Amino acid sequence: MLKRRRLLFSLLAILPVIAIFAFVRVYPISEILRLSLHKWDILSKKKPFIGLRNFQELLGDRLFHEALFNTSIIAFGVLLITIPLSLVIAALIFHRTRSRFAAFYETAVFIPHVVSLVPAAMAWKWIFDARLGPLNAFLSIFGVKPMSWLFDPVLSIICVIVLCSWQALGFAVLIYLVGFKSLPVSVYEAAKLDGASGRQSFWHLSVPMLKPITLYVSVVTLVSAFNVYAQVYVLASDAQGAPGRQVRVLVLDMLENSFRNYRVGYAASEAVVLLAIVLLLTFVQFSLLRDKRAPR
Amino acid sequence: MSTEIEKHSREVGDRTFKARATNLGIDLFLGLFGLLMILPLVLLVANAFKTPQEMLSWPPTVIPAQPTLANIEAVLADTPLLRWIFNSFSFALLSAIAILITSTIAGYILAKFPSRAMSVLFAIILATAIVPFEVYMIPLYFQAQSMGLLNSVWGLLLGYLVMSFGIFLIRQNVIHSIPDELLEAARIDGAGEIWIFIRIVVPLLRGALGALFVLAFFQAWTAFAWPLIVATTKDSYTIEVGLALFQTGFTVDLGRLSAASAIVLVPSVALFVFLRRNFVQGVASTGLKE
Repeated sequence: MLKRRRLLFSLLAILPVIAIFAFVRVYPISEILRLSLHKWDILSKKKPFIGLRNFQELLGDRLFHEALFNTSIIAFGVLLITIPLSLVIAALIFHRTRSRFAAFYETAVFIPHVVSLVPAAMAWKWIFDARLGPLNAFLSIFGVKPMSWLFDPVLSIICVIVLCSWQALGFAVLIYLVGFKSLPVSVYEAAKLDGASGRQSFWHLSVPMLKPITLYVSVVTLVSAFNVYAQVYVLASDAQGAPGRQVRVLVLDMLENSFRNYRVGYAASEAVVLLAIVLLLTFVQFSLLRDKRAPR
Repeated sequence: MSTEIEKHSREVGDRTFKARATNLGIDLFLGLFGLLMILPLVLLVANAFKTPQEMLSWPPTVIPAQPTLANIEAVLADTPLLRWIFNSFSFALLSAIAILITSTIAGYILAKFPSRAMSVLFAIILATAIVPFEVYMIPLYFQAQSMGLLNSVWGLLLGYLVMSFGIFLIRQNVIHSIPDELLEAARIDGAGEIWIFIRIVVPLLRGALGALFVLAFFQAWTAFAWPLIVATTKDSYTIEVGLALFQTGFTVDLGRLSAASAIVLVPSVALFVFLRRNFVQGVASTGLKE
């Protein structure tokens, strides 16, 4: 009797949440898979099933290739900057935990991660600006000629990488700090007794022991960088109000196909590619973790 | 013998001196690095109060020589900036409340009423957590459209009603901080399930709920792609969308852009510094997923 009442309570309580969850998560995810197999245009009435033809078209789509290429470069660029830098910064902050400035270090590194994307991107847009920006003014001290950072196809990707790394760094440092706090103190004391220097214990103790954290941070950083959009929208738009002409990324290409060209099914197939990339990265993370736990 | 001791004490002295010097070096480096990290934002806020001439000066001044409010007045006259801030604020607040409610209920039930169905449910929630929002926002857009919710805060809210990670976070907290015996004792005393949930479970989760609230609020506050497609009329823009579209305009100068950005940045940075503990706790717990 009592048990049945409890069961009834649990079902009644969770049912509305399940309904909402199904409506705003499970259903749209299944829809994106279904749409990707259909020729689903907003304008035409008929929306026939066409199998994998959307994906076949993606293979020959120059704009999609450009978007996929740019996005990958940005994602791995951000990874290459963020991971080593955040590991070092976190190690130094952890070393100075008892310093009275520790709270300032943590806050200063973390603020770029929480501020609104668009105002932050605007700050960088000004910094990179060819005529008004302080970057060119600064570089001219060393005799470097002014460059139009945001209008050159290669330089503008570098700008996006800098902006995204600046934002991603705080999150990575924070997670690494949690990692450092969980490492066993006794191992470090033993190493110190054996005469290991701080740098040695960093390389031979911290780095290997933090490998699972590094994997986790890498995957989170990569996944969020593959979804880059706002940063590109602000940085690489010109005065004519044509956002993203300079740097085409996956989300931008997807939204353009869906809402400017009205090709929703085709855009859905791009979303499926994005999903596949994310799943692959997560899978790599888990399999590397399992490798580590297996006996050597 | 005495020289041995002297030598030893000198070595120890050397070492502490060296350690102090290293620490000072590290402090210097970290302090400089921290300042560099916030410098772009500081300069942006400073630019908001500068005259057009001063904005071009090199090196850029942190404190304007002739502070002016002209930029801020101009941007408030040009754009419905306060309306956008209000939209963002209500969206973020409602989203945080919705996520708090759904996560608390689901997290508690999944933790304390185990059954095979609940395990399957939890697995589904975890699996969808991997899928980025950008992947399924197009179908979600058509759902909002068919419900007539476009260009309203309710349409924005549709995408941010639940948070897989929030459910996970609350479930972990219930498992760690609420013993079964406590619930059993309350039941023996004749307490109803709803009473137990509101009077015992929710107060015990205060810390986690605070962290989740801040996390959810900032997630909605900084959302970009979803508001960009859902809100397409000037009155329904969130601050992020409004600013992004405003900055592509022809006649917009740097002073106004900086002023608009500063109006958004200053309160959100202040709010963050104020809630820092909660936020750090929330984000840090995302790292403990495994």
